[in-house]
Amino acid sequence: MNANTAITEPLQSAAADLLSEGKVAVVIGYGANGDSSLAHPEFVRKPEDAERLVFDERCFGNLAVYLSKDSIRQMGKIGIVVKGCDLRAINVLLREHVVKREDIVLIGVPCAGLGDPPLQKCSVCEQRNPEGCDILAGDPVEQPQVDAELRYKDAADLDAKSLEERWEYWRGQLSKCIRCYACRNVCPLCYCKRCITEKTIPQWIESSAHLRGNVAWNVARAFHLTGRCVNCGECERACPMDIPLGAINQKMAQLMNEWFDFQSGLSSEEKAPFTTFNADDPETGIL
Amino acid sequence: MSQEANKPTDPSEWQPRIVAFLCNWCSYAGADLAGMSRFAYPAAIKIVRLPCSGRVDPMFIIKSFEQGADLVLVSGCHPGDCHYTSGNYHARRKLLAFRELMTFLGIDPRRFKISWVSAAEGAKWSSLVKEITAEVKALGPFETYSELQTGGTG
Repeated sequence: MNANTAITEPLQSAAADLLSEGKVAVVIGYGANGDSSLAHPEFVRKPEDAERLVFDERCFGNLAVYLSKDSIRQMGKIGIVVKGCDLRAINVLLREHVVKREDIVLIGVPCAGLGDPPLQKCSVCEQRNPEGCDILAGDPVEQPQVDAELRYKDAADLDAKSLEERWEYWRGQLSKCIRCYACRNVCPLCYCKRCITEKTIPQWIESSAHLRGNVAWNVARAFHLTGRCVNCGECERACPMDIPLGAINQKMAQLMNEWFDFQSGLSSEEKAPFTTFNADDPETGIL
Repeated sequence: MSQEANKPTDPSEWQPRIVAFLCNWCSYAGADLAGMSRFAYPAAIKIVRLPCSGRVDPMFIIKSFEQGADLVLVSGCHPGDCHYTSGNYHARRKLLAFRELMTFLGIDPRRFKISWVSAAEGAKWSSLVKEITAEVKALGPFETYSELQTGGTG
């Protein structure tokens, strides 16, 4: 697999310039070994190492997850390579005051879709060219019109089933969970220093990998991300048991869109739905 | 304790377990008024008093089901009447979203009720508890939850 030179070359030179001018202490981007099907995170601290950076359709990871890590932040100012979907996660981190805009340099990369065939999230992506970055590596790509109906298709397909069918489905899926917490660790927005699942007094979530504990964990995970999740799909990609976590996130995102006309991460100025209210919010089914 | 609750019941008859999270300022006072006014209501309901309906975390509801609740009720002040001005507005957004999440996962949403009961609505509290108790009796034990595996690897 060949790296996309139209983006990789300007990306490498932008990173080298930032490092040699001392504008950033580290550039977080992607590297790839040969024809590996998956790019890995690459931390570049010297200008001459910038040639290790690549960008192509195997750069799946959402690097925004590193922005909340103390071990990375203490390096100094961070340059970070962002696709449109990653930028949405960074917008949430900015809105939640986890990172300050002046502490990061955003190196945007245009992205026409990841994987072959392209991921579902890429087929409904409306941020192929990340906006508001400090540097844009490469020329913008064409942004096709997206059918809003398809945005929440996985959730809608499950919603079409009966309650009992859905329970059978999720019972089977959540039974597979081994509680490795890859979904949490890979999520740029699961940045709590101490996660609720690790709290023991009281223990809200049973830590054994049995169905009852798995339901509690997955409910908590989904709910803590409601109105925040940007549907980058990393949780589902990281899940070693192939649990379709993206569908749950999609469902909650669809609700936020339907009830509050809200899509998370489109700007760093927005207010998260659960931090505010309107007197005339939906009130169906309240006795 | 109301007279109805003290009526001898058939010990073989299944009694539902209802957990109710009530805000201190409206719904708890409403339940108190129901008692003081001698409005009878079923004793299947176990009340947990909280400062505000906005205090309710969905994990309270999940934990109640894990501990054997057949129905969970969250009740707070009517919109606009919150003692803390907006706790119930926040609760409304979160709890309705939580109910949708339950529904999406296939967990019966009829097992989770939300209500607004003011301090003056003792009669509403009494009829509400009668109504939801009758409903959960008709639904039967919450087997979706009680049958969840808690051993092995799920």
